[in-house]
Amino acid sequence: MTKLTFIAHDGTQFDVDAENGSTVMENAIRNAVPGIEAECGGACACATCHVYVDQAWTAEVGEPEAMEEDMLDFAYEVQPNSRLSCQIKVRDALDGLVVRVPARQG
Amino acid sequence: MTDTIKTDVLIVGAGPVGLFAVFELGLFDMKCHLIDILDRPGGQCAELYPEKPIYDIPGWPLITAQGLVDKLLEQIRPFKPDFTYNRMVSSLEKLDDGSFRVTTDENEVLEAKVVVIAAGGGSFQPKRPPIPGIEAYEGKSVFYSVRRMEDFRGHDLVIVGGGDSALDWTLNLQPVAKSVTLVHRRPEFRAAPDSVNKMYAMQEMKELDFQVGQVTGLTGVDGQLASAIIKGPDGDVEVPCTRMLPFFGLTMKLGPIAEWGLNLHENLIPVDTEKFQTSVPGIFAIGDINWYPGKLKLILSGFHEVALMAQAAKRIVSPGERIVFQYTTSSTSLQKKLGVHD
Repeated sequence: MTKLTFIAHDGTQFDVDAENGSTVMENAIRNAVPGIEAECGGACACATCHVYVDQAWTAEVGEPEAMEEDMLDFAYEVQPNSRLSCQIKVRDALDGLVVRVPARQG
Repeated sequence: MTDTIKTDVLIVGAGPVGLFAVFELGLFDMKCHLIDILDRPGGQCAELYPEKPIYDIPGWPLITAQGLVDKLLEQIRPFKPDFTYNRMVSSLEKLDDGSFRVTTDENEVLEAKVVVIAAGGGSFQPKRPPIPGIEAYEGKSVFYSVRRMEDFRGHDLVIVGGGDSALDWTLNLQPVAKSVTLVHRRPEFRAAPDSVNKMYAMQEMKELDFQVGQVTGLTGVDGQLASAIIKGPDGDVEVPCTRMLPFFGLTMKLGPIAEWGLNLHENLIPVDTEKFQTSVPGIFAIGDINWYPGKLKLILSGFHEVALMAQAAKRIVSPGERIVFQYTTSSTSLQKKLGVHD
């Protein structure tokens, strides 16, 4: 199991055990992390699972692909460390990953 | 005002479940009229994920969302449904004879014996960009669509976004506006490459201005914009702006349905599981918009709901008529309706 930490907009911290191969979004939904809507269900089609990747993790998580970058145009307050959590797959190297949930999704 | 359109069943929402409702209602000889806020059928399938594969439609190991919409349209063609696109249903009233009068946001009036709400996640509406205070300018100098190009003549226009709408209106309004500034958070666009090339060519000729960045502030008085502040890689820039067109995509909202006097459950419409009828007799809700114990938001579940709803709707549309349960495989009368026999 890989440990992930979600920090909700109000500062509440959610530490969850995630299965490798699942997406960060799926783990947010499974653990009822507030502020992750995932309207489209993970199809990279809606930008409502937007998260900010903790600065210490941006290199390891990597850059969004072109399609995700396109969807990020629709997200609220996009920053250089913005990602759509449905496009981040959990793997060993992400053990300890911290992501923050924006004030709102769109 | 146009003449009142009369139909048996008014379906609010032309997504997959609304489309399939035409089929099941059509088998019982009910005429359907669909209204959708989008400019084409398919709902989320067409708007959010047309190219994405769906794996849980019975009999289709894999079908794209648009593929499913196309097949549904083919399937309901024999019933000749009427469609009204680009409209939101704004109000609903129950008439003395038990039927319903529905008015659209463009004041068209429709009357139906039965209303079926198949509105999915709600109506697609333009997303408001995260600019503080923008509400005060909406409808006065900030618009989310272009109804008449003339409204922009002689204005300092700022267009925000990086898709086809943003690029198309940048190119189309450039000759009309006094100045055009296009703002997008990065130099890459989601729009047709041809439009992007044209835009960059016009920028070269100083016919318009393209700024990489995000609009972070607005100035103006009484809803009339004066300027926009753009935060770019080199700091803030203030540009003249008397009209703004943000194109930030669409979001889904329940909208005026919330005002129809139906019981609601967390923005969903509770129904019974026999008829999928709402708290108001004669108004049904099917698909993602409804709620009942055990509800699953699957297209599959919506199709099931449609079949049961159609039986109940028939009793309202044709009271007293005996309803005969038949199979399309063997019933010659159903096959006649489907046009498979002469």
